[in-house]
Amino acid sequence: MYTLIILVNINNGDYMEKKDYKRIVDRHSASSNKVGNSVIAFLTGGLLGVIGCLLTDFYSSFFEMTSKDASVLMIVSLIFISCLLTSLGFFDKWVNFARCGLIIPITGFAHSMMSAGLEFKKEGLIYGIGSNAFKLAGSVIFYGVGVASFVAIIRYLGGF
Amino acid sequence: MIYLNSFIFVGLISMIGQIILDNTKLTPGHITSMFVVVGALLDTFSLYDKVVDFVGPGAFVPITSFGHSLVHGALMGAEENGLIGVFGGMFNLTAAGISSVIFFTFIFSFLFNPRD
Repeated sequence: MYTLIILVNINNGDYMEKKDYKRIVDRHSASSNKVGNSVIAFLTGGLLGVIGCLLTDFYSSFFEMTSKDASVLMIVSLIFISCLLTSLGFFDKWVNFARCGLIIPITGFAHSMMSAGLEFKKEGLIYGIGSNAFKLAGSVIFYGVGVASFVAIIRYLGGF
Repeated sequence: MIYLNSFIFVGLISMIGQIILDNTKLTPGHITSMFVVVGALLDTFSLYDKVVDFVGPGAFVPITSFGHSLVHGALMGAEENGLIGVFGGMFNLTAAGISSVIFFTFIFSFLFNPRD
């Protein structure tokens, strides 16, 4: 859209001042993008939910598993897909487009680890990939386990 | 029907995350950690179990289910071995996810090079 604005103005022979341009960009990115971003996040997140549902149904009927096992396999397949697409280079662009629609589902967890692994590859195997793979995903596990311990102890001792 | 519920539930969670991301200075890292904590906290009164019953397998897709699965794994361990089982069983249900992420990252980061 911005390139279009610039092109139109160049065609008119009317070169915009930097300030004017920035004002137009701000107006477009501030108001319309917030609503657009959340709609895109809603649609992509919902689509992933449906894909998860479909995969679970497929696995439970095809491999004759319980739906609990099938949902574990579904999560593993989503992780596999997002790791593969991240290393092939597609997934970064998609995450930039859909933002939270891909970050909040389990694909974001896999993407954060995979991209950290690739990014720090040049720093070596041990201090590069090994110690940086959990750089972003580590906080999820850290705070998840910390709070889950409290909740589980309270529920166990409270008996509900 | 269960597909529609999954679509709306996962979509709503993602949208809430996006609204937080757009209107505050929090980064995606903050938001994912926050949602895991929220998922674990919702399990204090087994609220997330009701969501899972209502939504179906789609409820396991967002990262909030990670906190939920951690709590349930810990409770499974606690039923078997008492209080120490909370720590022994913590990763009972999430182990498949975490191990597979590590495994795939391990393989793919050797096979592929980063692209710009």
